[in-house]
Amino acid sequence: MTEPFVALGRWLLAALARLGRASLFGGRLCARLGTACRRFGLTLEQLYAIGVRTVMIVVVAGAFVGMVLALQGYYTLVNFGAESALGVLVALSLVRELGPVVAALLFAGRAGSALTAEVGLMKSTDQLAALEMMAVDPYRRVLAPRFVAGFISLPLLAILFSAIGVYGAWLVGVQMLGIDAGAFWGQMQDSVDFHADVLNGLVKAVVFGAVVTWIALYEGHDCVPTPAGVSRATTRTVVHGSLAVLGLDFLLTAMMYGG
Amino acid sequence: MDIPRNGVTAIMGPSGSGKTTLLRLITGQLTPDNGRIEVDGRNVHALGTDDLYALRKRMGMLFQSGALLTDLSVYENVAFPLREHTRLPEALIRQLVLLRLESVGLRTARTLMPAELSGGMARRVALARALVLEPEMMLYDEPFTGQDPITMGVLVTLIRAVNETLGLTSILVSHDVAETMSIADHVYLIAGGEVIARGSPAELQATRSPWVRQFLDARADGPVPFHQPGPAIDEELLGAARRD
Repeated sequence: MTEPFVALGRWLLAALARLGRASLFGGRLCARLGTACRRFGLTLEQLYAIGVRTVMIVVVAGAFVGMVLALQGYYTLVNFGAESALGVLVALSLVRELGPVVAALLFAGRAGSALTAEVGLMKSTDQLAALEMMAVDPYRRVLAPRFVAGFISLPLLAILFSAIGVYGAWLVGVQMLGIDAGAFWGQMQDSVDFHADVLNGLVKAVVFGAVVTWIALYEGHDCVPTPAGVSRATTRTVVHGSLAVLGLDFLLTAMMYGG
Repeated sequence: MDIPRNGVTAIMGPSGSGKTTLLRLITGQLTPDNGRIEVDGRNVHALGTDDLYALRKRMGMLFQSGALLTDLSVYENVAFPLREHTRLPEALIRQLVLLRLESVGLRTARTLMPAELSGGMARRVALARALVLEPEMMLYDEPFTGQDPITMGVLVTLIRAVNETLGLTSILVSHDVAETMSIADHVYLIAGGEVIARGSPAELQATRSPWVRQFLDARADGPVPFHQPGPAIDEELLGAARRD
């Protein structure tokens, strides 16, 4: 009779313990950010591994999302004779929402999972312990540079995603469906506000970058050091990272545009 | 348990007896529930992070897997502690790294990546890396496990030679009886977290303790039973038949 409540209590306690460990981990990470900036070469290496290697998937996804948005938008707007507003529709959708959110989801799947697997394997093969034994702090040498690289990369990837998306929409809307190029670009310029739209989108991307990278590094560092443990941690990174992005997107949108 | 300076002290015992845990306690990677561990007269677990790291610079540890950094070449792995802790010019780092690699017989393998090394080679590179900062103390965690006889012989010779040449204090954790007894000056046998026997290899070989004899002679049954404790098989099988 009481078993379900006992199980629920255990689950809640375990979840709280994980949250506590993750918060401590985040605190330790933030305390070492200075090293990541001082030894920027380490961060630069990670910018390549995390950021540059995610460019291709972001470019391809951005192009397709932009093209689909253009098609869907055109077939709706044309019913009202408002197809010239396609540029505004696509730009606002991408810059405010889809750019940061989809780039962050792709980032969690591509770079986040790779980070977790890498750190988890370093743990399971005693590389982190070996660093400790060589009097080298793994937080400074391994984790902090990856964290900084993560939250620098994602805003840049989100900008790239939006830019390629707009170009994809131009290709479909202007080149294929025959919308006037002047109206497409002109209305976009008039209606997209730098502070309210572009900057808010960038703030979202910075927050998503920090959260997804934090989750990825924590899962790798906290994983059970076995093949099954690393595999489960990698899955958790993608699931928790994606849900965190979507949940935070709602909160940030409510804060930015709600009042 | 006392570890004398300038000798090879072996800690032996069956799997799961707490040998690796003991090494991790000595190096401050784990904290004891009670008791204290002193290295050079200082309580390891009362040290702050900076002092603990300063102490670890005086220790080298060879992990069972080698624990080489997989994204760095053999050369860069050995150079790693020098790059992290010193400001030596590149030419001097090169000389030190090549000398250390030469001492483990792998100078010409310096361009290889860890994935290209055999298990024995990886441990020799890890030994070179552990020694490059010239520690006063070396800790070896199961260095012979899973090695072929030739590699085992190489590691035995290296560990003894390194200890004598550099005047180190070495702690060797292993359950490979013959190899460990051949190079140890002192031996501790532990089981279930307790010291069962201690002494020189000759003293241990002369002991008649059933537990020590079972371990040293590799007997399947004895004080450590072959069967896991529990109900007897006839009771379990016949008991089930009677109930049916």
